[in-house]
Amino acid sequence: MSFFVETLVGGLLAGVMYSLVAIGFVLVFKASGVFNFAQGSMVLCAALTFVTLRDKGLDFWLAALITLSVMVVLGIAVERVVLRPLVNRPQITLFMATLGVSFMIEGVAQIAMGASVHELDLGIVDTPIEIGGVQVSQFDLAAAGTAGILVIALSIFFNKTRIGIALRAIADDPQAALSIGIRLQTLWQIVWGVAGFVSLVAGLLWGARQGVQFALTLVVLKALPVLIIGGFTSMAGAIVGGLIVGAGDSLAEIYLGSLLGGSVSTWFAYVLAVAFLLVRPAGLFGEAPIERI
Amino acid sequence: MAEPVLQLRDVSLSFKGIKALNALSFNVERGEICALIGPNGAGKSSLLNIINGVYRADSGSITFNGEQFVRIRPARAAHLGVGRTFQHNALFRHLSVLDNVLAGLIRHCRATIVEHAFGIGRDRREAREFNRRVDEIVAFLDLTKHRDKVVATLPYGVQKRVDLARALVGGPSLLLLDEPMAGMNQDEKQEMSGFILETNTRLRTSIVLIEHDMSVVMGLSHHVVVLDYGRKVGDGSPEQVRRNPDVIAAYLGTAH
Repeated sequence: MSFFVETLVGGLLAGVMYSLVAIGFVLVFKASGVFNFAQGSMVLCAALTFVTLRDKGLDFWLAALITLSVMVVLGIAVERVVLRPLVNRPQITLFMATLGVSFMIEGVAQIAMGASVHELDLGIVDTPIEIGGVQVSQFDLAAAGTAGILVIALSIFFNKTRIGIALRAIADDPQAALSIGIRLQTLWQIVWGVAGFVSLVAGLLWGARQGVQFALTLVVLKALPVLIIGGFTSMAGAIVGGLIVGAGDSLAEIYLGSLLGGSVSTWFAYVLAVAFLLVRPAGLFGEAPIERI
Repeated sequence: MAEPVLQLRDVSLSFKGIKALNALSFNVERGEICALIGPNGAGKSSLLNIINGVYRADSGSITFNGEQFVRIRPARAAHLGVGRTFQHNALFRHLSVLDNVLAGLIRHCRATIVEHAFGIGRDRREAREFNRRVDEIVAFLDLTKHRDKVVATLPYGVQKRVDLARALVGGPSLLLLDEPMAGMNQDEKQEMSGFILETNTRLRTSIVLIEHDMSVVMGLSHHVVVLDYGRKVGDGSPEQVRRNPDVIAAYLGTAH
C-alpha cells in the first residue's frame, strides 16, 4: 500500500512539472486563440540563457533577472513581429507561424549558446525525505511549491487586476472588448510577456531536473495530452490535467509495465488523451465551442 | 442650435458588390434620441458598425464631436466617446456584473502597469474613482442586487441592462443601441424604455437606437430615420415619418 501511495505521490509531483508547461499554452491560447507551439522552445531558451549566464559566473538572482528580461522581450517580440501581421488569419496559419518561431528560437539559441548539455543547479537538494511513511523527492516538492505560488500569482493577476479583467474580457468576446476601447494588441503583448515569464519558471525547473539540452523542447509533446485532458482554456484544467497525466504515467509504468514489457510511460498519456477526446473533447475544464447556425 | 453630435455624409458600404448602404446622409443632434428603423437587411446594424469602426465605409465621411473620419478603429471610437450595445448580448459571460461594467472603464486607465502592480501612485485614486462610477451606474440601472453574479447565469432581460451599463459607465457622448429590447416582453420593454429615457435626460447622452417595436420608437425618439435597401427613405420627427408615404410603403404599411 505504501508503495502505491509513493508511486502516486511521485507521479502527482512529476505531473506538476507538466502543468507548468501547459499553463504557458493556456495563457496564450485563452487570450488570443493561438496554439503556441514555440512554448517548448521558449522553455529551452530560458533554461539555456540562465545556465549560460551562470557559467559565466553571474550571481543567481542577476542571471534570473536578465533571463526574465530576455524572455519577456522575446515573448513580446513574437507577438509584435510574427503574430500581429497575421491577425484574423485562420488558426492553422497562426499555429504554423509559431512552429516557425520555435525553429528560429532553437536555431538562434544553438548558434549563440552552443548545443552542449549543461547541468543546472538551483541549489535544491534532491534527497528524498520521509513524510508520513512515504518517501518524497525534495526537488519535486520544491517544484510543486513553485508551481503553486505561480498559479496563485497568476490567478490574482487574472481575477483582481484591471489588466486581468481586460484579458478575461478579450477571451470571452474580443469584438465587444474592442468596442469598449480595450486595446487588444497591448494586452496580447502583456500576455506574451507573462508567457515568457512562465517559460522561465518551467525552464529552470525542467533544466535542473533533466539537464539543459535541446531535448527540453520535447516537453511540449508531454504538455499536449495535459491540455487535451484539462482543456485548452482553463488554468485549473492545466493543473488537474498535469496531475492526471503524472499520476497515470507513473502508476501505469509500475502496474502495467511488467505486463506489457515496460516503457509504458512513453505512450500512456497519449492513450489517456485519446480516451478523453472520445468522451469529453473539450477537456475536463475546457469550453465546448458553441456555433451559431 | 449647437453642432450635431454626429454627421454622416454620403456614407456607402458594400459587401462583395451588394450595396448595404448607399450614399447615406443624416445628422444626430446633440441630446436627442434618434431611432433607426427599416425592414430586416435595410442596413441599420451595418450603419452602427461603421460608426463605431467594426466595419469600414467604402466612401463618405463621418463627423463625430467635430472630428471627421471615413474609417476608425473600434478602440479609437470608444476613446472618442462612442458607446454601444449589441443585438446579441456580447457580454463577458464568465465575468461578474461588476467586472463587466468595470471593463467598460478600462480605457480610462492612466496608471502604468508598475503603479497598478504595487497599488501606488495614480493607481489607488483611480481604483477608488472607478469603483465609485461602477457603483453609480449599477445602481442607476437597478443592477445592485445582481452585482456579484456571473453574467451567464442572469436572465436575458437583466443581461441587456448589463450591456447598457457597460456601455454607459465610460460616459460616452453618443450611445448606439442595437435592438436593446429584442426578445423582451411588454413589461421588460417598458422598463428598458424607462432606462433609455433616463439615460438621455439625466446623463444627457445622445442616443441612436435600432428598434422594431413601433410604439416604443414613436414614444421614445425625437427623431426617426428610415432605411430601406441601404437608402434613406424618411428622416424627421416621429409624426412626419409616420405620415411619409414612402415610409409607409417601405415599412409601416407592410405586414410584419
